[in-house]
Amino acid sequence: MVIYGLALMGGCMLIGVFLGNLLGALVGINANIGGVGIAMLLLVIASRWLMDREMLSKAAEAGIQFWSMMYIPIVVAMTAKQNVLAAFGAGALAFIAGLGAVFIGFILIRPISALGKPASADSEKEAA
Amino acid sequence: MEDLVLKTLTKYPMITAFVVVGILMWVASIISKKGTNGRLHASAIAIVFGLILAYIGGKYTGGKKGIADVELFTGFALMGGGMFRDFAIVATAFGVRLEELKRAGLPGVVALVVSIALSTVIGAATAYAFGYTDPADMATIGGGAVTFIVGPVTGAALGVSSEVIALSIAAGVVKSIAVMILTPFVAKIAGLDNPSSAAVYGGLMGSTSGVAAGLAATDPKLVPYGALTATFYTGLGCLAVPSVGYLLLNALFG
Repeated sequence: MVIYGLALMGGCMLIGVFLGNLLGALVGINANIGGVGIAMLLLVIASRWLMDREMLSKAAEAGIQFWSMMYIPIVVAMTAKQNVLAAFGAGALAFIAGLGAVFIGFILIRPISALGKPASADSEKEAA
Repeated sequence: MEDLVLKTLTKYPMITAFVVVGILMWVASIISKKGTNGRLHASAIAIVFGLILAYIGGKYTGGKKGIADVELFTGFALMGGGMFRDFAIVATAFGVRLEELKRAGLPGVVALVVSIALSTVIGAATAYAFGYTDPADMATIGGGAVTFIVGPVTGAALGVSSEVIALSIAAGVVKSIAVMILTPFVAKIAGLDNPSSAAVYGGLMGSTSGVAAGLAATDPKLVPYGALTATFYTGLGCLAVPSVGYLLLNALFG
């Protein structure tokens, strides 16, 4: 049933957010520390475990996949309800932060790729 | 007659939002295909539409909730609210295989960790320079420099203002679009010409739509290698930025 998928995912989310809040309380911050990330990790593990045992029906999977595919439309709606007007004055910030991250990324491709070369020099050559 | 139409549209706000967002996505996909030859991914164009709508809404109503302050579009607040957003983001983790990380190899994993850390630092530093010196604001904009998802997830968890969340989304969209546009031009200089460097690139850029579109325009054979690492980026970011990232920033600037 579709609802089994949603229940699985919902369970992961509630546990994840609870753990995030718990973590926040432990370090004395009134916030959810990484809860969504924890929930994602739980879903990866739980869904894999169930799928390996063929305990997750196609319908249950479809229930999760529906929400997975709704992610971009929901992000679009989320974006459209933000206070962009107030943020407009600091718009240059978004460009500097976004482009800065991309710039660093391109620069690091070579050095980080080189990390893998000593161990797999042969396969590297074949691939190239 | 006009009243009747308005009455219908405002009666089911979220359904109206589904229809409007559906139309936006459709227009974005046409622009992506016809206007940019698939180079700009439809999702990024649609998010830019979202930013424009939010601006218009703010200008028109003087409110703080973007287009959702317009009576006709109140459903955007529901559809784009925190509950659905987090649920849909968690759903994207479904089907991811952690074993794939082994295939990405050490460089792929290093790329993921280094890039999430550095993007957060760059975003947080830029935020600081623009006067957003609260650690939660810095972490949110830092998250935005990771991806346009990590920013809002971090901001919602830490309870920052909508203005800061808007900036974090904008930073993430700028990053995603820059990756799509720049990749084919700098691929050669950056050494992006084989599967292992594509895996590193996926881990460094992280935006799944950016990486897919960027590699497709460079060399379509490389797309799966980049996607392999990029898949983990947002999840890892949602895990690390609001926790380790925020705690470090809070310790330094709190």
